Amino acid sequence: MTVIEAHGLRKAFGTTVALNNIDLRVEEGRILGLIGPNGAGKTTALNAILGLTPYQGELKVLGRDPWNERDQLMRDVCFIADVAVLPRWARVSQAIAYVAGVHPRFDRAKAEGFLAKTDIRHTSRIRELSKGMVTQLHLALVMAIDAKLLVLDEPTLGLDILYRKQFYDSLLNDYFDRSHTILVTTHQVEDIQNVLTDLMFINRGRIVLDCSMDEFESRYVEVMVHPEHLVAARALKAIYERQVLGRSIMLFDLKFDHVDRSQVARLGDVRTPSISELFIAMLGDETGNQAGQAQGVAI
Amino acid sequence: MNTQSHAMPESFGSQGIAPAALNLTRPMYWSVRRELWENRSIYIAPLAVAAVTLFGYLIASIGYAMSTTNIAQRRAALEEPYGFATALIMGAAFLVSIFYSLEALHSERRDRSILFWKSLPVSDLTTVLSKASIPLFVLPLLAFAIVVATVSIMLVLTTLVLMGSGVSIAALWKPALYQMGLMLLYHLITVHMLWYAPFYGWLLLVSAWARRATFLWAALPPVAIGGIERIAFHTSHFFDLLHYRFAGGPEAMSTSDFPLDPMMHLTPWRFLSSPGLWIGLLITAGFLAAAVRLRRYQGPI
Repeated sequence: MTVIEAHGLRKAFGTTVALNNIDLRVEEGRILGLIGPNGAGKTTALNAILGLTPYQGELKVLGRDPWNERDQLMRDVCFIADVAVLPRWARVSQAIAYVAGVHPRFDRAKAEGFLAKTDIRHTSRIRELSKGMVTQLHLALVMAIDAKLLVLDEPTLGLDILYRKQFYDSLLNDYFDRSHTILVTTHQVEDIQNVLTDLMFINRGRIVLDCSMDEFESRYVEVMVHPEHLVAARALKAIYERQVLGRSIMLFDLKFDHVDRSQVARLGDVRTPSISELFIAMLGDETGNQAGQAQGVAI
Repeated sequence: MNTQSHAMPESFGSQGIAPAALNLTRPMYWSVRRELWENRSIYIAPLAVAAVTLFGYLIASIGYAMSTTNIAQRRAALEEPYGFATALIMGAAFLVSIFYSLEALHSERRDRSILFWKSLPVSDLTTVLSKASIPLFVLPLLAFAIVVATVSIMLVLTTLVLMGSGVSIAALWKPALYQMGLMLLYHLITVHMLWYAPFYGWLLLVSAWARRATFLWAALPPVAIGGIERIAFHTSHFFDLLHYRFAGGPEAMSTSDFPLDPMMHLTPWRFLSSPGLWIGLLITAGFLAAAVRLRRYQGPI
């Protein structure tokens, strides 16, 4: 079943084009990471999917038109848009009671079970909770809803690494199964590398990479080149080269660079690149990213 | 793919078995409760005013009544504050209504919680209607209940003080109950709920639209329209219209003013047949429809 399907999705704010004719297809049971630099159009894309913003083009989420059917759609879609959007004045018990009251698919016992594992007290007001606890609470509310699609927009922004790890662990262990679909955006790419089943890069309103993680692993390879093979390696025209401790690390796209794995393996130590390395390789120079340029190809 | 596309409507269908009415009233009920959780001033303010009034009544009126031996004077001192207490509580509820309406669709955008509310299956229409119901129904009815409770306590105190002085208890209670029960409820429904509805509709619309300074945005356009009219045409129809609306329309004319006159006549037919009522309600509906539409487009500010 197709959960999200978009054709020619377009959104402009004045003269700024946030989404430039995007085509998108997300199948049931996937965990898709939507990665992009600031201002790439990630949040705009999510807002369109969630029915929070009007758009041009064709978009169906679970067969519905999000802009015109947001309230019905939200029975089957959950989202955590940014951290700290829970009402600060509410008590924890009130937040639970309200969601239980309005959401036909909310399982109160399940939410209570998740909360019991945390230090959150029912009588606390949300403004009294730490940022990490607010996220835990929001996650507990969302995981207790049997939704078909869960959308997470920077769900762990500003959280320490323990909370972040715990967040994705509970998501995978206590929530995700093949009937759920998760769409996540984050800048903390390293956190989700082992969580995703699919990966999508978006830049300047366009999708620049769309592949499954299996494809990612077979297609991209990173080689720490032995110094004696450096010239031979450069002849293969890696998509990206950087220097670490005096050694060259090159990133190859086996699909488009017309090289194969065995060829590359002879040059040095081979491993699967991290998403963030591919991200810098593909988008670092283009966005004028300082870090990307500093580590760039020029030697 | 074929089996999957069949599975979808089925799973939606099992949801749809729940009565449609339940789907409408439950979100509405919980949304109104949510408003009461968030805005505790809705009941705290009128209750506080009632408490202060009662305290003042105990100290001043009963104290004064005890100091005089003249039964008629004593009774007057004890009965006079009923209307005053009523007016104070109603005034507090009215003020809360105004400030509530100005904040209702603004604060959720300011604190970004609109993103949370919009992540739940509650339509913008339900949300706006639940917020409109606070000044239009909840606050007038709450004010009524608090007035009845306050004046009843005053009546009990009056009865205790006057007991044994030959004043008939029935003579004390009957006019007061009539005044509170019937006249006040009538006044609340006609004036506060129906006749003032456009004011609240306007305030809610401004709170959905303005990015900041909702009070200014609510007050400036009417002042500007009236001012321009006065300068351009040397007339004041717009101000007259506002004044007529604010003064309570045809009901205010028949009911003199606070304190409610126990001898006045109820004229519901005259009220219901006044075009101003229906035009006002139409305008209210327009304001609320615009607020619903705005909320759909609005995100955090």
